[in-house]
Amino acid sequence: MNNAKIFIAAFLVNNIILMRFIGLCPFFGVSTSISTAVGMSAAVLFVMLLAAWVSWVLYHVLLFPLGLVFLRTAVFILVIASLVQLVEMYLKKYLRNLYSALGIYLPLITTNCAILAVTFFNINYKFNLLQATIFALGTALGFALVIILFATIRERLEDAPISPAFKGYPIAFIGAALVSLAFMGFTALFGIS
Amino acid sequence: MNNHPSRLSYLTSGIIKENPILILMIGLCPTLATTVTARDGLGMGVAASFVLICSNVVISAIRRLVPDSVRIPIFIIVISTFVTIIDYVMQAYQPDLYRVLGVFVPLIVVNCIILGRAEAFAYHHGIIDSFLDGLGKSIGFGSVLFVMGALRELFGNGTILNYPLLPTAYRTSPMLFAIFPPGAFFLIGLLKALVNKLGWGR
Repeated sequence: MNNAKIFIAAFLVNNIILMRFIGLCPFFGVSTSISTAVGMSAAVLFVMLLAAWVSWVLYHVLLFPLGLVFLRTAVFILVIASLVQLVEMYLKKYLRNLYSALGIYLPLITTNCAILAVTFFNINYKFNLLQATIFALGTALGFALVIILFATIRERLEDAPISPAFKGYPIAFIGAALVSLAFMGFTALFGIS
Repeated sequence: MNNHPSRLSYLTSGIIKENPILILMIGLCPTLATTVTARDGLGMGVAASFVLICSNVVISAIRRLVPDSVRIPIFIIVISTFVTIIDYVMQAYQPDLYRVLGVFVPLIVVNCIILGRAEAFAYHHGIIDSFLDGLGKSIGFGSVLFVMGALRELFGNGTILNYPLLPTAYRTSPMLFAIFPPGAFFLIGLLKALVNKLGWGR
């Protein structure tokens, strides 16, 4: 599978939110306004790339050669949790501007299953380091596309006359169903499995 | 133990009043992704329940030994231990189910319900109370997964647990929308609207 195909598949065809249902908590949590959606997307892009590299190297240099594959769940989640902490401390000390923009989103990322899922997909699909990078990049941009797209819809929904039972989450779910239906159109292209 | 009213309420509160999915809206990923059929939903419910109950009990048992400042990493290690156990058990005894659930089995480790209960309940309560709390939340979570799976299988395939319920005419051209991703979003939206209408959790 060539690199462009991996990117398109991760970005659109197997979109992490709408087609794989991963990362739904931040999707519904921070898609209430465009600015928070952009901040969250940037933080996810940053951490997802780092996590993909670190987990790939750890798996292929340590876990696999030593026969410790069964530890991967514990190792990956601890790597992501400590990575988020390190990034936060580094930004706080050296890049104050970036920290004030992304700071509040970073702690939330530890429990963002999209990051952990990408590290597993990279192993399951037997990607090399370049493919893993492209896959992580495509996934993060796909996450950003959907979450920002959806934030614009939700800002309009705020003012729409909706029956009280459907206010809030239910109408957001119905909206997500319609956006997801549009993304179904890409499934005829190709995908990763 | 059941005569004690507050203890019983630990068990029952998770089923409707504090249902993790329908009221608290956490743990949505597996709810939507692993409910294509009733069997998948049930399998995911059982797997997550095992992890939730075991981690609640263990965290409650070690709560006096865990320093406050490193509690979250320790919770994560306990949870990921049980996730690894269920991961390998399913791979060995339920390979078909494991293939369908795929990456969502290891992803139980970041399920907000489990870490949330560890932090909010098990860390401050006794072993029996934590067990009851885990059991109640598991019933609440598992039953929603099963209902979602059953409804999607019924509309998308005309069956529930592979038992044909709708006429053959429907089953030859079912409403495939229900088993595709948009159907999952649509169904959970309708369920949540129903819960709002009935006023549960207020």
